[in-house]
Amino acid sequence: MRLRVWLLTAVVVVANVGGNAILGFAMKQTPAGVSIAASIAQPVAILGIAVLTAWMLLRMRLLGMADLSFVVPVSAFGYVLSALAGAVLLHERVPLRGWIGTVIIMAGATLTGLTDHAAGPDAATDPRGELPR
Amino acid sequence: MKWLYLSGIVGGTVCSDLLQSHGMRQGNGRKWKLSLAVVFMAVSFFSFTQLLRIAPLSFVVPASAASIAIDTVLARSVLKERVGFRRWAGAILVAGGVILLAQ
Repeated sequence: MRLRVWLLTAVVVVANVGGNAILGFAMKQTPAGVSIAASIAQPVAILGIAVLTAWMLLRMRLLGMADLSFVVPVSAFGYVLSALAGAVLLHERVPLRGWIGTVIIMAGATLTGLTDHAAGPDAATDPRGELPR
Repeated sequence: MKWLYLSGIVGGTVCSDLLQSHGMRQGNGRKWKLSLAVVFMAVSFFSFTQLLRIAPLSFVVPASAASIAIDTVLARSVLKERVGFRRWAGAILVAGGVILLAQ
């Protein structure tokens, strides 16, 4: 169970970064004045949307296996890696303060990942005294 | 406009996360909760694509992580999840890092 959660978490993070980078690239190529519909109808944008759709479905599955308060901070690795993708692949300038923020996010995500992540409400405050599934 | 789009991303994400988490675990109202979650996800996504047109990816994605702090608070208060000290500390660190990145 624990290994399955970690593997799915890794796949979710990779899909998130890949989809963001592809979509970011596509939107940067969109000329000013182009409508919202036209901007997301480009082939590259569609590819990015397909990867992000896979990410969304896998993340929904992960939310069914682990607490929201585990899934959200741990998947923060995706935020950090997306910033890296922006700097490396899209040649964006990220200031020093931005990289310090990146390190802090990674520390927070790691700290959260060390906690137990079973799904279910707080048994101590649940009047039924059991964890509904 | 930049902050309006960011509000759409964060607000849509938080509402969608709560509805997905609640809907995936409980049978009652599962269908409408997941359907409504998709609507909020769409609001968040279209805000995301439009913000990408006017701001760098290295700002847009980390800034959208502002939803983490709100998600963690609502996971405890609404979903009644157990949120221990380390998880709170981790979420606060992530939020702090996001604020630095977004400046």
